[in-house]
Amino acid sequence: MITAEQKPIEEIREMIGPYKRVLVVGCGSCVAECAAGGEKETGMLASALRMAAKMEGREVLIEEITLDRQCVKDFVIQLDEVIDQYDAVLSLGCGAGVQAVAEMYPELPIIPALNTEFLGETRDQGLWVENCVGCGDCMLYFFGGICPLARCSKQLLNGPCGGSMDGRCEINPDLPCAWQLIIDRLERFDALDRLERIYPPKAWSKKQGRGPRKIIREDQQRVEV
Amino acid sequence: MNRLREVLKHGEFAVTAECGPPKGADGEAVIKKAALLRGKVDAVNVTDNQTAIVRMSSLGACTLLKSEGLDPVLQVVVRDRNRIALQSDILGASALGIVNVLCLSGDHQSFGNQPDAVGVFDLDSIQFLQVVKAMRDEGVILGGEPLTKAPDLFIGAAANPFGDPFSFRVVRLAKKIAAGADFVQTQCIYNLERFEQWMDMARDRGLTERVHILGGVTPLKSAGMAKTMKNKVAGMDVPDSLIRRMESVPPKKQGEEGIKICVQTIQRLKEMPGVHGVHIMAIEWEEKVGEIVERAGLMPRPW
Repeated sequence: MITAEQKPIEEIREMIGPYKRVLVVGCGSCVAECAAGGEKETGMLASALRMAAKMEGREVLIEEITLDRQCVKDFVIQLDEVIDQYDAVLSLGCGAGVQAVAEMYPELPIIPALNTEFLGETRDQGLWVENCVGCGDCMLYFFGGICPLARCSKQLLNGPCGGSMDGRCEINPDLPCAWQLIIDRLERFDALDRLERIYPPKAWSKKQGRGPRKIIREDQQRVEV
Repeated sequence: MNRLREVLKHGEFAVTAECGPPKGADGEAVIKKAALLRGKVDAVNVTDNQTAIVRMSSLGACTLLKSEGLDPVLQVVVRDRNRIALQSDILGASALGIVNVLCLSGDHQSFGNQPDAVGVFDLDSIQFLQVVKAMRDEGVILGGEPLTKAPDLFIGAAANPFGDPFSFRVVRLAKKIAAGADFVQTQCIYNLERFEQWMDMARDRGLTERVHILGGVTPLKSAGMAKTMKNKVAGMDVPDSLIRRMESVPPKKQGEEGIKICVQTIQRLKEMPGVHGVHIMAIEWEEKVGEIVERAGLMPRPW
């Protein structure tokens, strides 16, 4: 999933400062799972902003709504019925959600309330970790299900650097060395020979270099009747 | 003439040193270091923004060393350049007469004075070695396009026998050799037993026949430095016995003790089958390199 964290409230207040009628839009998908922009967080942020405005004696309308998925137009369309009442949208979607809403309502300022972080996993309660860079050419088979592009600080594809000590990464002792994990795991499957070959330079064109990526699936497209 | 390649080709025990470029446009500083090292060593490595701290470029300082009659080793890290810049810099260096290149990953950007920099790591050091070898041997860049002139290069890699997991260290060495390394300079050796073990593993795989291994040494200036190396520098193995030895002499004499340890280490390395030279990394202590080489019985240099 996509992970995100809420921006500092001062930054949010500065961005919504010029507006009198703000719709705070949460998202019930990834950012709800990482407790940054779900229904609960959206309600809390809206209240905090209302409270802050009140303390300053400002007359501002701040209301909230949470969509199931802010990055899917079929869900964003729900806003059609209410959007006219507002002069700005404060989005608690990820960067994709913010932009999907912006695309739907070109006349309206859309303000991000979150910092979108990474593609990761909920490892534990209150702990999210990055483990995929979305490279467009998955190599997890070769590395025992542990991605060195996401989890090795130097994105090495051919084994650990000289800074791996006692299973820890040199840049942060709290960080496991991805290569130690890979080697341990492949050893368990008796597949260490996978690491003897030299993996060639990555085709980063699959991730970047030709503009924003697109997936086109004709079998999934709407059939016009 | 490329001294380092000649010395190794003729089976002589090679001596290289390290020169850290200044944190400024101070060409004189490089020339001063060159004077300290001239005639004492076969080649001089110039570090490439080591510990991710901005310094004069390795290429700039190598060119200065070259003009001073030294044989420079251009260290190049993949941290700061993508494959376009890496290949281009190799061609530029070759055109300037630089032959030795050392292909490295580089210290992570978070360690230095530009922690917000993007870490490029487009290629890793092994892929970089492969690319450089193909430029030299096949006269092509990555993807196969031909060069108008192939660079004449002597290709180096680094190895850290003290990093973990130990069993994989020699696999990584084998990969570096397969990728194109002609010579290998190792991390500073303080734990000779572990180094010997690693050499045994390298010999068992026949690797010492295929590459010139230069053992890395760094003279300790003080017991404090020994402790810092042990505790703060990743991938460094400083045995407690060595720290105790440094502590057993009064602070004023610890520098001399460090030199003694360094000389003794080099003498052990000279006797070790498969070790073809030594790489002296006297950190901001280049004035001691000549003395170390002399005391280790490695003077005069053959070329």
